[in-house]
Amino acid sequence: MKQTIVQKILARASGKSFVNIGDIVEPKVDLAMSHENAALVMNQFLEIYKGTGLDPKVWDPNKIAIIFDHRVPAESRKTATNQKKIRNFIAEQGIFKFHDIRGDEMGICHQILPQYGYVRPGYVVVGTDSHTTSHGALGAFSFGIGATEMASVWTLGVMLNVPVPPTIKVVVNGALKKYVQPKDIILYLIGKITAEGANFKVIEFHGETIRNMSTSGRITICNMSVEAGATSGIVPGDEETIKYLREEAGVTEDIPLVNSDDEAEFDKIIEIDASSLVPQIACPHTVDNVKQVGDVEGTKIDQIVIGSCTNGRLDDLETAAQIIKGHKIAKNTRMLVFPASGKIYRQAMEKGIFEILMNAGAVIANPGCGPCLGVHQGALGDGEKALSTTNRNFKGRMGNPDAEVYLCSAAVAAASAITGVITDPTKGGY
Amino acid sequence: MSKVIYKFGDDISTDIIYPGRFMATVLPSETPEFAFADEKDLNKLLNSKTVPADSIIIGGKNFGCGSSREQACSTLKGHELIIIAKNFARIFLQNSINLGLKTVICPDIDADVNDELEISEDKVFNKTKGKEYNIIPHTKTQQEIIQAGGLIPYSRKRLIEGSK
Ligand code: SF4
Repeated sequence: MKQTIVQKILARASGKSFVNIGDIVEPKVDLAMSHENAALVMNQFLEIYKGTGLDPKVWDPNKIAIIFDHRVPAESRKTATNQKKIRNFIAEQGIFKFHDIRGDEMGICHQILPQYGYVRPGYVVVGTDSHTTSHGALGAFSFGIGATEMASVWTLGVMLNVPVPPTIKVVVNGALKKYVQPKDIILYLIGKITAEGANFKVIEFHGETIRNMSTSGRITICNMSVEAGATSGIVPGDEETIKYLREEAGVTEDIPLVNSDDEAEFDKIIEIDASSLVPQIACPHTVDNVKQVGDVEGTKIDQIVIGSCTNGRLDDLETAAQIIKGHKIAKNTRMLVFPASGKIYRQAMEKGIFEILMNAGAVIANPGCGPCLGVHQGALGDGEKALSTTNRNFKGRMGNPDAEVYLCSAAVAAASAITGVITDPTKGGY
Repeated sequence: MSKVIYKFGDDISTDIIYPGRFMATVLPSETPEFAFADEKDLNKLLNSKTVPADSIIIGGKNFGCGSSREQACSTLKGHELIIIAKNFARIFLQNSINLGLKTVICPDIDADVNDELEISEDKVFNKTKGKEYNIIPHTKTQQEIIQAGGLIPYSRKRLIEGSK
């Protein structure tokens, strides 16, 4: 029987040779990730053990990763105390895939997992964060779950109640024009299929554009698959995945690859011609309100944000520096940069990227989620507009329901920082 | 019989149900205060303690889209609400089942504020409009979790069975 990659992964993890789409399975979990919401997971985990007379021990401390990123360094007494409780729990349970607030090891969870080689092709990965879909970029079946569900995983080591999802196959061919980026592919797709277009389904990415794309670009695409409602995005692992895991994450052991069968059962097939794409903008207040940059060109922007698990990697910062070099950020516009990890921060520093951006007037913040979820840094004033490389523009997302967020690539963000209005980076000779 | 207290359109995100800035508050007992914090009238109504249990909120398509924050479910569960929507986002739906928030998938639902509804196993009857709408049932495992009283008791049972 022909199977999709996710069918194969779920069959392996549930000890079966084959699973049908729609079957309910109980896969073993290979990696379980949480961030600061581990505080709630801990609470629910201890609830499960209550009255059982058993000693609360996680099923496998090697398979749990905890990363502080949402509010770092802590912005309040409450957060700091939660972080302290989590640290104590981590020490008690012997969890060592822990990334605390340290310049050398910190970062956004969805950057840390690939960067440290915690995710491998074929893994079942769950995380208490909806953008856990990101790790499909390495050929894993990776999806977001709630805190109570995670407490159940910490207890039992399996995910109860996983329906084998149908898969939408997206085939992307053709070369992207200069300053048209992976972000534009995924924004275009979300605009086309809508915010619920892939609800309860997986999006599998194929085609030469994806094959030629770096792991960083693939992370952007899988990261935002959830904005079309997808359970997960996935790019079957290939030479690029192996190269990334060896060179970036220092993985030395064998890396077996899994792929879909050509004649697997796909829900539908969508083809995208990357060569015809122009930069895309998701306009307020839904991610699927996608327009071509030309349709919103000239919109005045108060705050530019480059960062997040979507587009806060070295290539994004490099693109921004390339465009901004020799220019100044427009008056009355502020530009915030928050690299996705400590490692990226150091690399950007060493490559002189920060110097270019700072000379232009950008503020470089510490690695972390920052303005992306608007609880910590970079909140917007009433009536302000932000243009951001992050992944969500819901009302209130950047800390203020009376403000607006537009989403774009690093190239659009950088070109717009110079002019102070939404600007097409493919024009203007950068 | 329950009354509709509020009606939403499509794509109501977890940022609307429980804004990110309250996410440091995690305990289910503490989240209800912040339900729909930025929908001022609704937040005020819920916190007035005058809304009876099993009051209904109507959603459109893709209710609960966005983040995996479980506070979005515990905050509604704290007010003992029932959510009827055309469909739900995956993580929100599973979280609601795990925490015991009542969710009803009703693709054709048509109901306005103050309408009186009767919810049976497979149908929603809108008494005010005199119309009936089909319910899409939750999966078998989801029903088992609901019957067990949520995922905590369900997983506890599995834990005890496994340790024998
Ligand atoms: S950067 Fe934004 S989307 Fe990514 S994990 Fe942090 S809060 Fe979530």
